[in-house]
Amino acid sequence: MSQPLYMAAVFFPLLGAFIAGLFGRKIGDRGSQIVTCGGVLVAAALSIKIFVDVALHGEIHAFTLAPWIQSGTFTVNWGLQFDTLTAVMLIVVNGVSSMVHVYSVGYMGHDKSIPRFMSYLSLFTFFMLMLVTSDNLLQMFFGWEGVGLASYLLINFWYEKESANNAAIKAFLVNRVGDFGFALGIFGCFLIFGSVQFADMFHKAPDLANLSFLFLGHTLPALTTVCLLLFIGAMGKSAQLGLHTWLPDAMEGPTPVSALIHAATMVTAGVFMVARLSPMFEYAPMALMVVTLVGALTAIVAGSIGLTQFDIKRVIAYSTMSQLGYMFFAAGVSAYSAAIFHLMTHAFFKALLFLGAGSVIHAFSGEQDMRKMGGIWRKIPITYAYMWIGSLALAGIGLDGVFGMAGFYSKDMILESAAASSHWFGHLAYWLGVIVAFMTAFYSWRLLILTFHGRPRADAHTMEHVHESPWIMLGPLVPLAIGAIFAGWYADDWFVGAARSNFWNGSIFVLAQDNTIDKAHFIPEWEKWLPMGFALPGIIFAYVFYTLKPDLPGKVAKACGGLYRLVYHKYYFDELYDFLFVRMASRLGRIFWVGGDDGIIDGYGPNGVAALTGRIAKYIGALQTGYVYHYAFAMVIGVAAFVTWFWFRS
Amino acid sequence: MAPWPVLTTITFLPLIGALLILLFVRGDEQKRSVVLAQQIALWTSLLTFVVSLTILHYFDASQSGFQLTEKHVWIPSFNIAYYKGIDGISIWFVLISTLLTPICVLSAIGGVHKRTKEFMIALLTLETMMIGMFTALDFVLFYLFFEGVLIPMFLIIGVWGGAGRIYAAYKFFLYTFLGSVLMLVAIFAMVYHVGTTDMTAMMGNKFPKDMAIWLWLAFFASFAVKTPMWPFHTWLPYAHVEAPTAGSVILAAVLLKMGGYGLIRISIQMLPTASAYFAPLVFTLSLIAIVYTSLVALVQTDMKKLIAYSSVAHMGFVTLGIFSMNQQGLDGAMLVMISHAFVSGALFLCVGVVYDRLHTREIARYSNMADNMPRYALVFMIFTLASIGLPGTSGFVGEFLSLQGAYLANSWLAFVGGLGVILGAAYMLWLYRRLFYGPDVKDDVRLLPDLNAREYCMFVPLIVLVFWLGVHPATFINVFAPTTDKILADYHQAAGSERTP
Repeated sequence: MSQPLYMAAVFFPLLGAFIAGLFGRKIGDRGSQIVTCGGVLVAAALSIKIFVDVALHGEIHAFTLAPWIQSGTFTVNWGLQFDTLTAVMLIVVNGVSSMVHVYSVGYMGHDKSIPRFMSYLSLFTFFMLMLVTSDNLLQMFFGWEGVGLASYLLINFWYEKESANNAAIKAFLVNRVGDFGFALGIFGCFLIFGSVQFADMFHKAPDLANLSFLFLGHTLPALTTVCLLLFIGAMGKSAQLGLHTWLPDAMEGPTPVSALIHAATMVTAGVFMVARLSPMFEYAPMALMVVTLVGALTAIVAGSIGLTQFDIKRVIAYSTMSQLGYMFFAAGVSAYSAAIFHLMTHAFFKALLFLGAGSVIHAFSGEQDMRKMGGIWRKIPITYAYMWIGSLALAGIGLDGVFGMAGFYSKDMILESAAASSHWFGHLAYWLGVIVAFMTAFYSWRLLILTFHGRPRADAHTMEHVHESPWIMLGPLVPLAIGAIFAGWYADDWFVGAARSNFWNGSIFVLAQDNTIDKAHFIPEWEKWLPMGFALPGIIFAYVFYTLKPDLPGKVAKACGGLYRLVYHKYYFDELYDFLFVRMASRLGRIFWVGGDDGIIDGYGPNGVAALTGRIAKYIGALQTGYVYHYAFAMVIGVAAFVTWFWFRS
Repeated sequence: MAPWPVLTTITFLPLIGALLILLFVRGDEQKRSVVLAQQIALWTSLLTFVVSLTILHYFDASQSGFQLTEKHVWIPSFNIAYYKGIDGISIWFVLISTLLTPICVLSAIGGVHKRTKEFMIALLTLETMMIGMFTALDFVLFYLFFEGVLIPMFLIIGVWGGAGRIYAAYKFFLYTFLGSVLMLVAIFAMVYHVGTTDMTAMMGNKFPKDMAIWLWLAFFASFAVKTPMWPFHTWLPYAHVEAPTAGSVILAAVLLKMGGYGLIRISIQMLPTASAYFAPLVFTLSLIAIVYTSLVALVQTDMKKLIAYSSVAHMGFVTLGIFSMNQQGLDGAMLVMISHAFVSGALFLCVGVVYDRLHTREIARYSNMADNMPRYALVFMIFTLASIGLPGTSGFVGEFLSLQGAYLANSWLAFVGGLGVILGAAYMLWLYRRLFYGPDVKDDVRLLPDLNAREYCMFVPLIVLVFWLGVHPATFINVFAPTTDKILADYHQAAGSERTP
């Protein structure tokens, strides 16, 4: 396939965004929908072809489009690179994006700003594509901040809503904190590698494994430091513990946005980054340890919060965060390919769950609180089936050697790799991961039961209007559902099986002694079975809690008291950050403004001088007239005096 | 070489326009004379811009020295010459001046309603002074124009400003004048030492270390006020708030750059050893400026004050980059200055758009404007994003390179400076959210009309440049890179230090 077609897979969405964004009023709602959906669907079709060429036939393509920044030895081009890692991401991004575009035609059908919405979606897709096709760190950063912008715009899509405004700013700023780390990482990379092109960096990384450099006054191992700085960026974008507070709030955006950006694609960018930089991370074992620990902790913290929330979208959001934790600790134990495998399967089933949840919310006329749902599974059977498929895939249900849902293959591979790790943190991650498997199953079925079963808790008026979504919304879920069922079973061999070294074709690098995916075959049999052994009881517990003994959850919550409140209030991260940063920043700002600028600087500076001159002026005359020409005159006199003085001296 | 004195032409073309207005426009407040004055000013400034584009054609971008030079003996007994020329650095400031003046005229056509004739004269005179300053290669000429800029600007604030204009103009004058006096003394000392007023003769390492240190401080007093650097910045918010829109635009886009330009042209090129000596001081002040003024911007309730404080923070990146003394830092500083000219100029124009309609700069008076002014919202968003340095816009390239340069000098600089990038996003998005989003809709705000054709003409060129510089900065870098490269080579040779990539 030729270069223009590769470029089309990246730039068609931009074209769609451009046309719908600037000429939306001219071409109308329908025109905007056609242009943007068309752009992304074509890009998706091309992505499949690219996947076949690159991942299955082993071609690697790289195009330099134009120079971007050149300053001294710092050189960066606009370039596209297509290896297997990129090709997988293209399928995920363009595939899910095109389905979300079509779904949005129905879901957002009655909105007053359809062209704007479609344009933002396509713009997001473009930035995401730039991120995954980049051949250097800086263009990746371009896509990285670009998807952050698109996310900001889409969370804020209903801009009359104050909660949406706040959530959008929060998302952008928390991501900026991550990007601050990312940028410092880029600076550091240029210092140690002399380049920010991936090829140059990866080529030099092995020789620099033991290099030390000075960072913030400390002598630190160079590779580990830059890897950790870059990882701060990944933590921000992928909502890992500490920089995660924006993701649940981001659910203020329309549901298709949550599915595309805050579940399937953008939030996985951090995982992609670590996999892309595997040739660096492999030589920074300390960094890998941090990645593993952060991932494992995020998985369990988010999973536990997910157990207690009542907003249907927030439950899925915390689930996403938790699954991202899985992906990170997989990367941390050098099972990058398992991380990307889970990224891919997760994209299918989580987009399915979100869009299914959108369909539920649609049915309930906008209600998102699960306490006000229930009893509708017969009324919207197709959505119900989708949600089952998504939940089964998420919980990773399957039978080894026979068949499993998508998540079964990828999640098991992650846990087995962690168990096979030769490091202590790998084993810790395994055990936390197993507990999370229980939590995942529990909150998934809690969601299913609360939403669809039991007696209806919505008011009669709402219940009358409960209806199945139109086919423009249900149709796009078919490919996602197929993916959620079969993707793991079908792609297992490529991603993490025998064919994987041909498949990845060098786009992921693992040191021989860290090959946890190989070693995973030799872990004890019980360690392989344990995740399933925890997931199934999760389902049973949920059934007991929410169907057989519906008064049990309240009792348990009461019995746990403080612990329950801690989890229910999301470990008080928001309150802590609000106190530490938001209030502190505005307090400092006020102190500097009123006390610093107006008080000290002006008080002793110009105003003080003015007061002083005023006092002197009282005695020696009215020098301080306030007329321009007086000042100008004084200036000229002064210059003249100087010139004269000089004249006589020389 | 140009076959005609192109620099003199573009310097004095605006002044000729000002004279035409003075001579031919009679009667001050009649509609006809107002329109005539506006037309003359607009066409003169446009003509100047078109003529100034020819210097890009005549300029040989592969050379590092001064080009298009014009030298005529002026006062032979003192070795003073009328000496003009540009290099890869000053060429951009000339072009920024000539680009923004017609845009300011357009803005003033909608925003200035009293003494229009005099306003246009002041604006055109100001343009002559700015171009004259950036093209001067003789210290006397340089000083004349450097101070000359003050007078029309002072008048623009003092006559056409808002309610507190007298205090603002006085503060502006006091600060800058104090700096200028010290600079004048330093110029005398340098001229006395070298025996000529030729600025090119003073480059390199011509002054003994002790003397250089005093000279450096004297110049720094002037440039630190102009830039402005913390703690010499408190005149800026007042000047901006009170100035009419066109005045704010010129002030932010061009006048502040006189500080950065002076730091490169005089501090670095003429006093390299002292610059090396004082670099830690500049770093400290820059970092304070970035964090301090960003925090102050966060709590502002006046649009113009907020953008004024953001300017101080952005200039912090400039001084950080310049004194990093490496290619990325200096190139980054240049790009921040060029970008800031477009972006802050445009942001002040944006404020002007609603100020002309509702006559208030109070942020709380506005809300939800995305609804009834979608095009305005888009334009404002583009410049907001450029201001917070989103990759792909002009703000990113400069900020990134200057921080990269700062990192190479010392990682602490990039670390603290990077905090400013986070805070920058905070105060700009918070501003945008209060103006354009939100639940409460005010009746008079809802009735505001969207951008008109005149306003489009102001914004479109700046939008094009913001993306051009963001996506293809080579257009700009390639012109100044040979010069910055030479400046750094000379600097490191003089300071006896080693040059990093």
